[in-house]
Amino acid sequence: MSQPVTLITGTRKGIGRYLAEHFVARDHQVIGCSRSPTDWDTPGYQHFELDVCDEIAVRSMFSAIRKSHGRLDNLINNAGIASMNHSLLTPLKTVERILEVNLVGTFLFCREAAKLMQRARHGRIVNFTTVAVPLKLEGEAAYVASKAGVKSLTDVLAREYASSGITVNSIGPTPIDTDLIRAVPKQKIDELVARQAIKRLGRCEDVANVIDFYLREESDFITGQHLFLGGL
Amino acid sequence: MRDNIVALIVEAARELGDQDEIELPVELTADTRLFGEDGILDSMALVSLIVAVEQMIEEQLGFAVSLADDKALSQKSSPYQTIGTLADYAAAQQGASH
Repeated sequence: MSQPVTLITGTRKGIGRYLAEHFVARDHQVIGCSRSPTDWDTPGYQHFELDVCDEIAVRSMFSAIRKSHGRLDNLINNAGIASMNHSLLTPLKTVERILEVNLVGTFLFCREAAKLMQRARHGRIVNFTTVAVPLKLEGEAAYVASKAGVKSLTDVLAREYASSGITVNSIGPTPIDTDLIRAVPKQKIDELVARQAIKRLGRCEDVANVIDFYLREESDFITGQHLFLGGL
Repeated sequence: MRDNIVALIVEAARELGDQDEIELPVELTADTRLFGEDGILDSMALVSLIVAVEQMIEEQLGFAVSLADDKALSQKSSPYQTIGTLADYAAAQQGASH
């Protein structure tokens, strides 16, 4: 089989960057995107600078992918933002931005990817929800709502895209030591970890392992599933 | 421009018909009903056709259109009723973008 073409959002840092390097090492042609340029580069990786909710920019990136690769095998919707705050102290602008990046951005990428994938009657989409959804985490109302939305979106798209040979699943990571949780007080993170069956922070490797599983050829009978790390 | 788009929709419908083994009329014209009563496509095939037409317009005619529409499945005002109405809809989008 020729090199899989894999698109990952939010690759400038954190889990996204890790995944980009992980799949380049697995001989995928990796395309990534983020709002600002990366300070890293590696052969086999192509970067687009865009906001995941900018429909025109996103569509033009997909058009470029179609022209250069002719197909897309895998989409990993990693890009996401969070804001830790009591709902009474959360500005509406923050809520809108979180919903836009996490939910609307994921929708847009799923839609455009499925258009490309359905031509080949094959594709894998992996979305990012979070353990904060089943934990009903206080102080993250907008973030949790957006990620619950991603979970429901995954359920419905799994059904809509099944006849096109596309699977849609999600992963729900625990806190991982990235910028996303750096602003959260350590005590909060410790409390969160204490609610997991396996009480440690997650690692990027844990996320990559689940995604590897979803992307496998043999996983073509697995769709609409949500895998939470750490034993939630 | 409209004639070009009609021709392109016919081509896309033929390709889709071959790929998905859909029995299509021998003659496809601007008046051919795509969807709804006497339509040649079911809702999933219609979705595939719309996506294929979007891609072919961009590839062959050189402009990007978004044929997504909230009225898609409405019997009365859907832009997808016939090959002709779909062509008009795409052409109007091109006009609007200039």
